[in-house]
Amino acid sequence: MQAITQTPLDIQKIRADFPVLDQLVNGRPLVYFDNAATTQKPRTVLDALTRYYEHDNANIHRGIHALAERATANFEATRRAIQTFMNAREAEEIIFTYGTTDGINLVAKTYGQTYLGPGDEIIISTLEHHSNIVPWQMLCEARGCVLKVIPINDEGELLMDEYEKLLTERTKIVSVVHVSNALGTINPIKTIIDKAHGVGAVVLIDGAQATSHIDIDVQALDCDFYVFSAHKLFGPTGMGVLYGKRAILEAMPPFRGGGEMIKEVTFEKTTYNDIPYKFEAGTPNIADVIAVKNAIEYVDSLGKENIAAYEHELLSYATDALRSIDGLRIIGNAKEKVSVISFVLDGIHHEDTGVILDQQGIAVRTGHHCTQPLMRRLGIAGTTRASFSVYNTTDEIDKLVKGLHRVKAMMA
Amino acid sequence: MTINEKQDEIIEEFDLFDDQLDKTQYIIDLGKKLPPLPDSLHVPENLIPGCQSKVWLNSELNNDLVHFEADAEPTAQISRGLVSLLIRVLSDQKPDDVATADLYFIDRIGLSNLVTSRRAGGMASMIQRMKSFAMANA
Repeated sequence: MQAITQTPLDIQKIRADFPVLDQLVNGRPLVYFDNAATTQKPRTVLDALTRYYEHDNANIHRGIHALAERATANFEATRRAIQTFMNAREAEEIIFTYGTTDGINLVAKTYGQTYLGPGDEIIISTLEHHSNIVPWQMLCEARGCVLKVIPINDEGELLMDEYEKLLTERTKIVSVVHVSNALGTINPIKTIIDKAHGVGAVVLIDGAQATSHIDIDVQALDCDFYVFSAHKLFGPTGMGVLYGKRAILEAMPPFRGGGEMIKEVTFEKTTYNDIPYKFEAGTPNIADVIAVKNAIEYVDSLGKENIAAYEHELLSYATDALRSIDGLRIIGNAKEKVSVISFVLDGIHHEDTGVILDQQGIAVRTGHHCTQPLMRRLGIAGTTRASFSVYNTTDEIDKLVKGLHRVKAMMA
Repeated sequence: MTINEKQDEIIEEFDLFDDQLDKTQYIIDLGKKLPPLPDSLHVPENLIPGCQSKVWLNSELNNDLVHFEADAEPTAQISRGLVSLLIRVLSDQKPDDVATADLYFIDRIGLSNLVTSRRAGGMASMIQRMKSFAMANA
């Protein structure tokens, strides 16, 4: 297949920014198509981590020496970079967490435990990752709330009419994924947010899969919370973001108790720090937070629009190429999708597909993708998922197609 | 044949292949030959935890020997092949021998490389269950 891409990006140059891509796996050049699980890290992010530990390592805030001041300045610079990245009104609305899961648990445990009671309703969707299901189930068990689920059609799109029917005056939280990790569906979150606000509910958007593909503007969206993980945005693992509107964050009790989150401690009573520190107990993940700024700068240097356009080209190319394989069925054909393709091969277990692709140097993900209820709804045990990032190429997609033909031949 | 004689035989068979894909093909072909378990033995008690694909193991004592039969879902050919190797090595042996068997063939034929860690986890559960049954009947 002849591939002509329109991108102004120099993909080979971008590939050279990611040292991990330059290796053989099982004797063949690595083809990394597991970007929805985690993206690779550019040299600038790796250098930032090393630089921090070589030059600036110190515990942040309260330190009076030069290293502590430098570390603190760099740490807080990331907060401002993320504020700009998400277009949050204030840097104080950016809370550092350990990841998307941590952010959702924080909201469920603090906002949820405080403001929800028996009979109150929480709405999620069929597309959710377990991390946006289980914390709400735990809240429902603790507070006697009711969990409602927006259904989908067979293409993997939310049924918005059904969503409207689920909304009642008892709806207190709507927590929905921006982009489905298993299928790539982009949800109409602006409409979801507006409708939820119509009944007075607060809205959390799980942006784990969105931030590397889609421009995020939390003010335009008017969401109450937005959570994501840095490691899916070319940043380090163990670092995430919870955006929350100031008024709501201030009305929430702290999550964890400890250092940093206090104003004053006596044995009789403790007063809590202001946001964002109220939610950042203990020594944070300083080095990784600092390096996230470099990840965001890297994305900015390429341009989010360029990235999205190129990934869309990869998605179209791969969709056509995979459809040409007999017995391959793409799971999730939403009109609005990011560069994620889930599929099943007739009569072949997804795990076998993954093993044989790996032996050809191709990294994909197989299984239920932490979305067991979605798999059940689709009537399948799991899929093979190829997810593309800006450093992938159409040549690599050709290798995937060839690899899948090999899988079929071996299983025949 | 003893357990170790069977292991050595398998190691010799896999020595014929240099390439991982060829080894995998051999395992797939073994999987295709594994006779299916009767439906009556596809019961939850026989299901092995820890596998991405469903694997069932039925254990019996026949004439003082432990007898194993196993099956994996029909589409999971690699699992079926791995299961058939374990049955070949451990079935119809004395309980004591199974309980104390050192399954060195797994490393020697590069099986730990050949399977994902998750599948290896499933295999470990299967071996553990086979050994527990043997120990209970030793």
